[in-house]
Amino acid sequence: MSLFDYTLRELQEKLHNQEIRVTDLVDESYKRIEEVDGQVKAFLTLNEEAARAQAAELDQQRGDSTAKLFGLPIGVKDNIVTKGLRTTAGSQILSNFNDPLYDATVVNKLNDAKSITIGKLNMDEFAMGSSNENSSYDAVRNPWNTDYVPGGSSGGSAAAVAAGEVPYSLGSDTGGSIRQPAAYCGVVGLKPTYGRVSRFGLVAFASSLDQIGPITRNVEDNAFLLETIAGHDNMDSTSANVEVPNYSEALTGDVKGLKIAVPKEYLSEGVSSEVKEAVQAALQKYEELGATWEEVSLPHSKYALSTYYLIASSEASANLARFDGVRYGKRAEDAETMLDMFKRSRAEGFGDEVKRRIMLGTFALSSGYYDAYYKKAQQVRTLIKNDFEKVFADYDVIIGPTTPTPAFKIGDKVDDPMTMYANDILTIPVNLAGVPGISIPCGFSSNGLPIGLQIIGNHFDESSVYRTAHAFEQATEFHKQRPSLGGARS
Amino acid sequence: MSRISKDEVKHVANLARLAITEDEADTFTKQLDDIITYAEQLNELDTEGVAPTTHVLDLKNVLRKDEPKEWLNKEDVLNNAPEHKDGQFKVPSVLE
Repeated sequence: MSLFDYTLRELQEKLHNQEIRVTDLVDESYKRIEEVDGQVKAFLTLNEEAARAQAAELDQQRGDSTAKLFGLPIGVKDNIVTKGLRTTAGSQILSNFNDPLYDATVVNKLNDAKSITIGKLNMDEFAMGSSNENSSYDAVRNPWNTDYVPGGSSGGSAAAVAAGEVPYSLGSDTGGSIRQPAAYCGVVGLKPTYGRVSRFGLVAFASSLDQIGPITRNVEDNAFLLETIAGHDNMDSTSANVEVPNYSEALTGDVKGLKIAVPKEYLSEGVSSEVKEAVQAALQKYEELGATWEEVSLPHSKYALSTYYLIASSEASANLARFDGVRYGKRAEDAETMLDMFKRSRAEGFGDEVKRRIMLGTFALSSGYYDAYYKKAQQVRTLIKNDFEKVFADYDVIIGPTTPTPAFKIGDKVDDPMTMYANDILTIPVNLAGVPGISIPCGFSSNGLPIGLQIIGNHFDESSVYRTAHAFEQATEFHKQRPSLGGARS
Repeated sequence: MSRISKDEVKHVANLARLAITEDEADTFTKQLDDIITYAEQLNELDTEGVAPTTHVLDLKNVLRKDEPKEWLNKEDVLNNAPEHKDGQFKVPSVLE
């Protein structure tokens, strides 16, 4: 048994009672990384020296401190800026960005809560991708079967938790980038309501969609971590000035009378039969627990993918203009003129998917096309948002699959961007509407890969999402399964 | 009918300050055309009179006092730059 099979609260108790040392937890992390990260490739940069020094220091205060995450080792997605610790966002253009000058607000909050940053986690370049194959470093592998993708873009964050390298991590989610890899790796991942968590210090991809969120082994830890990182921030004018509830109090195990909506579009033909069966079994479990469910319609779901790619790419084309080889990051050598330097630095520094999306966004925003593409997509976004509002007028939560299928094999979808994008059809509408969504384990495929259940709540109602997720988790054993690292299990 | 021509792809690449090769222009033309063609399904929807969503929360202008405060140290900032000189970022010739 690993120390990381305990919940975060149990670990804190053990620390407080002097049963274990912070050093033991940090040792456990680096030992496991040494054992398995050659296969999993979840980490891009380790913070070992500083983390060990910090652990030794915290061990002196053990038993006295009441800091919320005292001594608990965390992994941080590499698009979240960490002072003095290399931050690449999975891109070559930031491969030499070894000395960021400030911490993201979420990292400040982790530091204040006395957690220990173990290292930075691999990801699709600039969070653009659904398989981690767009990382410009080594692609992350799925700990359940290393021939399969871990999902993306927070593939490193999900795989590191699934593989037991860290007990919890931070990811970011623009169109499913926390929930989809959480589903593929059999862990718990939440995308909070847009505005719930500060984006200050998150390398911006699509600013109206991006949110940072927790990836954990169970729902209780997830709620515990969100309490620490949520809240209004003067450094992010889009962060919401809304009170952060005590999410742990929502974990009552009681869902009697809960009204669940199941969109028929989320169980349509693109969804594999194994995934449908797992979701239907989950709905039956909820009935046994005293909840009720009804089929509803989110009629504009099929337009979400188009809407997302136009809006997200447009915002990305503006956000990624900052990578110009002037102030930080890589610069192409021997350019004669400034314009040549810009173009070549970006051509050398960005991968194909990033270039594709920058060009799509530039096209959608360009003169003569703006109304036809960008504005049209924003109007359809309103229709998609209204779909959710109508359902939440009558129901507490929406439930469906997180992804149409379990994880696919590495290399299977790399050549066709449109097939790759279709992985995200069930997660993207949630970002467009700005509502919170979680993925929790709800089954396994015939070849032993995890299946994720998605639970979606109304704006700022993470409490209902957590309550619903936790009740299912209490009644099932899926979240207790651990991968035996190596080849196929079957 | 194609939605985007190779010349338009080159034009867009230039606007986005991306150097691309002829081969890349061919590949991107095909791929972007596929994506744009797919995205035109949005034209099935009548959006006459629908207000565009730029932001999901009902936030109005968020204002703060314009007061200077301590932020990053100039030396540290320059040290992250590929080239700097006399306290400023250095770039190749601006004029062709």
